[in-house]
Amino acid sequence: MNLVVKNIIRLMLLLAVQIFVLKKVPPLHQFIVPYFYFVFLLWLPFKITRTALLFVAFAVGYLTDIFYKTPGLHLAACVLLAYIRPPFIQLLLPKEATEWGNDEPSRKTMGQVPYVTYIVGMTLLHNFYLILLEWLQFGSFLYFTGKWISTTIVSLLLIAIADLLLSRNSRAR
Amino acid sequence: MRNVFLFLRRYSVFIIFLVMQIIALVMLFTDNRFHNTVFGMFSNEVSGNINNRVNRAEEFLSLSQQNKKLREQNAALLSMLPSGSLLPDSVYKMVADTFKLDSLKQYRQYAYLDAKVISNSVFLQQNYIMLHRGSGQGIEPNMAVVGMDGIIGTVVHVSENMSLVMSLLNRQSKVIATLKKGSGLGEVGWDGKDPRYLVLTKIPKTVVVKKGDTVVSSPYSDKFPPGLPIGTVYKVEQDQETNTYILLVKTAVDFYNVQHAYAVKNVLQGEMDELKRKMTKE
Repeated sequence: MNLVVKNIIRLMLLLAVQIFVLKKVPPLHQFIVPYFYFVFLLWLPFKITRTALLFVAFAVGYLTDIFYKTPGLHLAACVLLAYIRPPFIQLLLPKEATEWGNDEPSRKTMGQVPYVTYIVGMTLLHNFYLILLEWLQFGSFLYFTGKWISTTIVSLLLIAIADLLLSRNSRAR
Repeated sequence: MRNVFLFLRRYSVFIIFLVMQIIALVMLFTDNRFHNTVFGMFSNEVSGNINNRVNRAEEFLSLSQQNKKLREQNAALLSMLPSGSLLPDSVYKMVADTFKLDSLKQYRQYAYLDAKVISNSVFLQQNYIMLHRGSGQGIEPNMAVVGMDGIIGTVVHVSENMSLVMSLLNRQSKVIATLKKGSGLGEVGWDGKDPRYLVLTKIPKTVVVKKGDTVVSSPYSDKFPPGLPIGTVYKVEQDQETNTYILLVKTAVDFYNVQHAYAVKNVLQGEMDELKRKMTKE
């Protein structure tokens, strides 16, 4: 399948899951809010240029904001994620972007440890910024840290499940 | 000049990033009026359209519950009909019209517009409800929205066919309320913790409050019809710093499951506003 078509379908599915399932699931506690959609940005192929990645993140953030009725909140977090992603990958695996071909980040292409570090780091970053912005509007410091940690754990859990269930073809022709 | 271009080229990614961040933060931290024009109108129509489709499926799943509620409400309304009760001797009958009809003027203050809820959330810090009825169907910003069991919220944004309602479960929501028994004027807000409970403040300690007391909308509110239920007192706490209570109020409306709502139009709103304006002018 074409790389672009594949990613568009993936984005639609992830947003549908986020908006029509995760947004409506009753939470166990007010701290535990599942965010999952941003994994789309983490799974984009290595070869995407930084500018393109920023614009894609802008679109993804804006779409999520439309449904969450939080103008700018997810937008800001997604754009930050997209800005940090390339240098972070570079830091973990110093390779030229062209060497990767059509590969996208996964356990197979990156190796177990770098991939886990990558996912955990980016999830922490995304949720940190998201909840920091929410905290600036209201809430206390305990609210901020508690929600940051628990939300990250839930996000990581969801990503781990997705990674186990979906065998993403590391080599998309 | 050349250096400027070189600089722009070299840091283009960073500049794009900065511009996007600034757009996002401006959207996030400016007041609601700006969102209404830039974000509200467009996004309301888009998300409303999709939510509407999903809602059709969800509504089907909760049909029996909704039916039960409607039946209950029907029963309550039917029992109010004069045919449902025997009249006492007509000589002693008291006549009390609900609508005072004058040959010169009609004293009707509130008009109810039926609307369907197409999207709803209770788990966020700022929860909004979307109604499938907009400016084209007579909804205006600042109108009250009530459900079958009580108050739901206030309309904040309106587009052609949809309207966005700030639900009581919103950190920024404030509704003037009073206790049905006794008096006291308070304010109902939400602390963002549990979507089942609201917080009622500013009720003075001179008022006797017990668990289970009903909290209703105040007659001083200019949006909500007086006497509509908001909830029942669940926990009474004394505020140490001030002379008021902090009351935890269990919501009358089941916010987890809101399907139908009525937008309330205050017919006398214009007159009230004009009067208030006169006062501030002097």
